[in-house]
Amino acid sequence: MTTPELTARGSRAKMGVPSAGVSRPRPRGRVRRMVTYAILTPIALAWIYPFLWMMSASVRPNGKVFAGLGLFPTKWFFSNYTDAWVDAEMGRYFLNTVVVTFGGVAIVVFTTATMGYVLGRYAFPGRRILVAVLGALVFLPQGYTIIPIFDLIGKLHLDGTLFGIIIAESGQAHIIQLLLYAGYFRQLPKELEESATMDGAGFFTIFVRVFLPLAKPVTATVVILQFIASWNDFLLPLVLTLSQPDLRTLAVAVYSFQGENYTSYAQMNAASTISLLPVVVVFLLLQRYFVEGIAGAVKQ
Amino acid sequence: MASISAVRREPTGQEPHGSLRRRIWAARPCYLLMLPGLVLIVMFSFYPLVMSWYYAFFDWSGFEQAKHFVGWQNFRELMGDEYFWKAFGRSAWFAGVATPVELLLSLVVAIVLNDRSLRLAPLFRTLFFVPVVTTTAIVSIVMSMVFSAFNGPANEVLRAFHLTERPVGFLTDPHLVMWTAIGIFVWKWFGQPMIYWLAGLQTIPSELYEAAQVDGAGWWRRSVSITAPLLTPFAVIITLIVLVGNMQVFAFMQALTHGGPYFSTEVMELYIYRTAFGAQGQVSAQRLGYASAAGVLFGLLLIVLAVAQITAVRRLRRGPGTPAESR
Repeated sequence: MTTPELTARGSRAKMGVPSAGVSRPRPRGRVRRMVTYAILTPIALAWIYPFLWMMSASVRPNGKVFAGLGLFPTKWFFSNYTDAWVDAEMGRYFLNTVVVTFGGVAIVVFTTATMGYVLGRYAFPGRRILVAVLGALVFLPQGYTIIPIFDLIGKLHLDGTLFGIIIAESGQAHIIQLLLYAGYFRQLPKELEESATMDGAGFFTIFVRVFLPLAKPVTATVVILQFIASWNDFLLPLVLTLSQPDLRTLAVAVYSFQGENYTSYAQMNAASTISLLPVVVVFLLLQRYFVEGIAGAVKQ
Repeated sequence: MASISAVRREPTGQEPHGSLRRRIWAARPCYLLMLPGLVLIVMFSFYPLVMSWYYAFFDWSGFEQAKHFVGWQNFRELMGDEYFWKAFGRSAWFAGVATPVELLLSLVVAIVLNDRSLRLAPLFRTLFFVPVVTTTAIVSIVMSMVFSAFNGPANEVLRAFHLTERPVGFLTDPHLVMWTAIGIFVWKWFGQPMIYWLAGLQTIPSELYEAAQVDGAGWWRRSVSITAPLLTPFAVIITLIVLVGNMQVFAFMQALTHGGPYFSTEVMELYIYRTAFGAQGQVSAQRLGYASAAGVLFGLLLIVLAVAQITAVRRLRRGPGTPAESR
């Protein structure tokens, strides 16, 4: 496997660009690089140490979780995982999180793609106002909206359903995702819809058959952004499951263990590992799209 | 502007430039396509915005339907609420300390990692970015174990280097806990501005540096004369994003400390949550109207911050130093 690559520059970085430095050895540059590596390496290892510690602690017996700094346990207790998965019902919460995440991703991709397409390509009465309002919503803190949302979900009789969590999460203004779609659709040539119109395609057909397939790179970015956001969301699922422990997502469930009579640190670390691993794996596999996406959003 | 004609031409072949009503009618497929997204935004962003204000004028527990209109009473009470002001101050302090530290550290690392001769730079970027994508609440819980006063790894390190005799109460000492929280927070989110800075740095054409180098400009000179001015527009936006993000730390703080010990880390969002939904396992304190009023005041503060920042961005963009945009 190649080294995991994280670059906003995309494939250009991969080429490594062997320039003049290769033919003519520059000792000063090499020394500087070595010093940089010597400084960066310990920092980077300390950086991810908490995750390594978590994984190490998750396979120890409960009494040995806080025992020294070593990361390799002498005995491997995988039973912590089965205990967390079965007894602590992490399996159920995992499924809840999967449902909430996939539902959220589907709805957000649909709504931001359609809105981004119209906002990016068409001038219509009210467009400027809409853009201004959406821009202002970026600054709306979740702590501010949570009480009315909690109340609204109750009024809609969606409390006690995963759908309530999904829809509340999808309804937050996803401005970055919207900007990515709008920016991408805007720069596609006008001839595309002109020739499609000649072939007799209507407005919706053009969007679904011509433009949406062209936006695959953006869709990939939005899917990853939203996957991570939904998987990680905490306040909404916490508040909406206050009276419905069965509907907890992973983040809320692990958090709730703290307050209940569930004090096995080893199992807590197993549960944390179960919750963190999927999102880290998804990120590592698809990081190029993800990083290019957020970098692109900033460049706009 | 012209692309609207692709939506629908009038049967007469006339461009839809006529009356407003006609233009709206002509654009109806646009509205129809946006409808699902708009409905959701109205329901879950707009409606809450308005309703927070409405609730703020009521005495309302959330349990019973009955709400009592109390006018500005909630706001008046907040003015005299010691916990509110302390939480407010803590939020400001937290963001005020964490933001510059996060921005500066990430900028330094971004500049180091932007060096193309550094083959392993992508690997380091990945390592520094991993905490960003992980679930905040769960990372906080893991960190509460790492920084535990009872033989947590952080204390083990201190002991291994004989730096301390007694375990340090990183999260249990009221004088220390806020600093620990800021440190962990910066670690968690550091990778995000790092990527933003890298995005900014990579818009600067390398020819500029090469030309400057030929002219004999050293590293410092190039940084001051090329990097700094070209990065300024990005700096303003990045500061804004990070600052607003640093005011929204509910998941992080709630899972790390629950606002404790003795309310010493109760930031604004935790205060709102506690007043609205009660502390964990305790439901007596539910005052949704009062919490809404606190939320409204908190929201106003953020809007002031945002408006100030946007004005600054406008100013800078209008100024001469924006060749990054002309590319």
